[in-house]
Amino acid sequence: MLAFIKRYEGLWLFSRSPAVILAAIMAFGIILGAILAPWIAPINPYDLASFSLMDGLLPPVWDEFGSEKFLLGTDDQGRDMISSILYGARLSLIIGISAMTIATVLGVGLGLAAGYFGGRFDAIVMRIADIQLALPAILTALLIDGIARGILPPEMQQNLRVTVLIIAIALSLWVNFARTARASTFVQMNKEYVQAALIQGQHPLRVMFVHILPNILGPLLVIMTVDLASAILLEATLSFLGIGLPADSPSLGTLIRIGMQFLLSGEWWILWIPTLFLVALVVSINVLGDFLRDVFNPRLR
Amino acid sequence: MLRVENLTVKFPSRFGDVTAVENMAMAIAPGEIHGLVGESGAGKSTVGAAIIGLLQPPGFVADGTLQLGDVDLRALDRFEAHALRGKRVSMIFQDPQTSLNPLMRIEDQLVETILAHEDISADAAQSRAIDLLEEMGIEDASSRMRSYPHQFSGGMRQRVVIALAICTNPELIIADEPTTALDVAVQSQVLDLIRRLADVRKVGFMLITHDIGVIAQIADTVTMMRRGKRIESGPTAEVLGNPSHAYTKQLMDAVPPLDRKIDRFRVPKDEEIDATGQGDAARAWLLGAERETAVGLTLEGIAVSFPGVRTSMWQKPAPHIALQDISFVVRPGSIMGIVGESGSGKSTLAKTLTGLIKPSDGTMTLAGAPLPGGGARARKHPSRQLIQMVFQDPYSSLNSRHRVGTILAEPLWLYGLVTDKEERRKLCIDMLRLVGMLPEAIDKYPHQFSGGQRQRIAVARALLARPKVLICDEPTSALDVSIQAQLLNLLKDLQASFGLTVLFISHNLSVVRQMADDVVVLRNGRIQEQGPCATIYETPTAEYTKELLALTPVLPADWRP
Repeated sequence: MLAFIKRYEGLWLFSRSPAVILAAIMAFGIILGAILAPWIAPINPYDLASFSLMDGLLPPVWDEFGSEKFLLGTDDQGRDMISSILYGARLSLIIGISAMTIATVLGVGLGLAAGYFGGRFDAIVMRIADIQLALPAILTALLIDGIARGILPPEMQQNLRVTVLIIAIALSLWVNFARTARASTFVQMNKEYVQAALIQGQHPLRVMFVHILPNILGPLLVIMTVDLASAILLEATLSFLGIGLPADSPSLGTLIRIGMQFLLSGEWWILWIPTLFLVALVVSINVLGDFLRDVFNPRLR
Repeated sequence: MLRVENLTVKFPSRFGDVTAVENMAMAIAPGEIHGLVGESGAGKSTVGAAIIGLLQPPGFVADGTLQLGDVDLRALDRFEAHALRGKRVSMIFQDPQTSLNPLMRIEDQLVETILAHEDISADAAQSRAIDLLEEMGIEDASSRMRSYPHQFSGGMRQRVVIALAICTNPELIIADEPTTALDVAVQSQVLDLIRRLADVRKVGFMLITHDIGVIAQIADTVTMMRRGKRIESGPTAEVLGNPSHAYTKQLMDAVPPLDRKIDRFRVPKDEEIDATGQGDAARAWLLGAERETAVGLTLEGIAVSFPGVRTSMWQKPAPHIALQDISFVVRPGSIMGIVGESGSGKSTLAKTLTGLIKPSDGTMTLAGAPLPGGGARARKHPSRQLIQMVFQDPYSSLNSRHRVGTILAEPLWLYGLVTDKEERRKLCIDMLRLVGMLPEAIDKYPHQFSGGQRQRIAVARALLARPKVLICDEPTSALDVSIQAQLLNLLKDLQASFGLTVLFISHNLSVVRQMADDVVVLRNGRIQEQGPCATIYETPTAEYTKELLALTPVLPADWRP
């Protein structure tokens, strides 16, 4: 086992950094919980029949008024907090991962092409990226929401909220990928292995995706983790402001918005528990991203 | 003055301690230039760093004595070592670009260093700085020292670095590859300066270098290192002129002479790449398919210009001319050498021929047919296959994310030479044998090989395209001399057996002498002189060629084994 770990620099560094191990355990625990939510959550928060108003506003189990049935208490509707959080994290992660994936594909594709072709194409792509950065994510979300409502038939608008959120978040994140991919591609273009491929007359797509892409994956992987955290936070922000998901299918952001109403009323757990959960998730993902950055960039070590 | 005994340096790693230097011993007297020679990985720089106390952590001195005068260097604490550094021991680094602070004037860097070590007034420090720069051969020092480092040329910068090292009157200066980044003309000036400082100021120099020519030119004594161990040491003429140790002999055999052409370098039997016995299938494959005709290459009035720096919002910038009026003919099946200093346009020429850069003027032909340049050359143009290139840096010329097998097979399917996958693999393995590599190499990644082995893989890749023209851009300048000798032997063998037309680009005149049939001398993008190799080297007519030949460090004639 030790010999196996020593063979890989990344694994070796990982085994020697307790903070990173803790973050990995936390992140994977939360992700696992979110994936298994339908099987491990005590109740289904989307099913109105599974909870009752009578259980409303119960504090966590360690409080003297707490109930063993609801480990982290309940909200005003009587929904179990653990179940809400697990289902909420599920939605947050689905939106975050989908948005990050779309942003990666869009940004890396455009950035690679901009770095490869340079000149006018590069200038156009990068100006679009600059304009995109000037638009706040909320505005993008509102725009897409408005457009979708305008052009889609009403029966399709039912499940639209999630899609609108994913597209809006992806649009505000792709710029990071495009810029990094472009800058790294510029560096690789001057490397002799790329020149060798160009001299041989290989197809531009092959040079871009078979030769250059594997060599710039390191920094992109780092951005992917950091941007996954940003995507989850953005979704929470949008939901908190009411542009995101409605109260009947709450994400972590929606849960925090609902909890805000109880901030000063003594029922602290309704706000604080989902908030702490979100912070734990985002911090652990960021710590992992930072660790990946160190592994891929030997100069920082 | 400096006494090193039994020095052992270790680096802890995740596989246990790695011994970088073992039982090293040397002594340097005042005014002595002591050369520390060895190939890469020999531990030369580690010895220098251990003496000056700048070992890269986590490396540490495990054992031995380091004595400077009456001071035990190992007994010093961090602050004492810091005070001693610069005051009694200084260092000159390889790259004058990075060893000066780009945001500080030369004057401030010098005055700061002097004031840090001596208790004198700022005015006195400044006049000392002016004197020093003038001593280093910088004219008009009092006004030039107001400049920033980027306003100086490479040679001037290295003089400033030496002035910085000498400004506190140290007893010992450790010079780590001080001339490796410099052109020959500047190199000889810097070496003269070091010699003069040793003679006049009685400074002891430890000159770390891989270049035996440099050592032969100025070192009094020499220590030969290999794999962290001392091989032998003594007066330079004795150790290098009449080598007794097998390794020293082998190294001296690998140094290319400037004044004559030798057929093959003598390489020890076990390290010889035998390109004659193995790789029969690859050989037959290369010799099949119209191999009998070698092709020629002509350039007629080629000029290349790049967009210049814009100086005004409204005016078009003046173009920067990289090559001008380049015309020469490479005879079919011959080796054409291109020599010149950095910035002479050698690499631009290679890029123009391979279609990476579009010439602004002139025509090229390959085997009599016009050869379009830059973007005008179609992706499927036949010359893409016929012209292949071997690059300078074996660490970046192979895609580090691909296996050797993938890298080698690429030209085969790209040009449709071999369609069957199994056959491709067989041919690649055989080609590896031809360039003296083991068949197992095919499933490994490039980083698992040394620089010399990677360069052989790069040659194999070029050959697998079945080229008729091979462009080698400084193929050996990143390699150690013994590896260089192996690769040059290999290139000669391959050229002779397959009738390749070769364009051999190098800044190293001795190497070109060994390889080329004809030579073109480039300077600032223009041809200074061209003709048969022997004529150019023995009776040069251009002033520039004469100067280059005179300044290239050579081994004394009586050292010839």
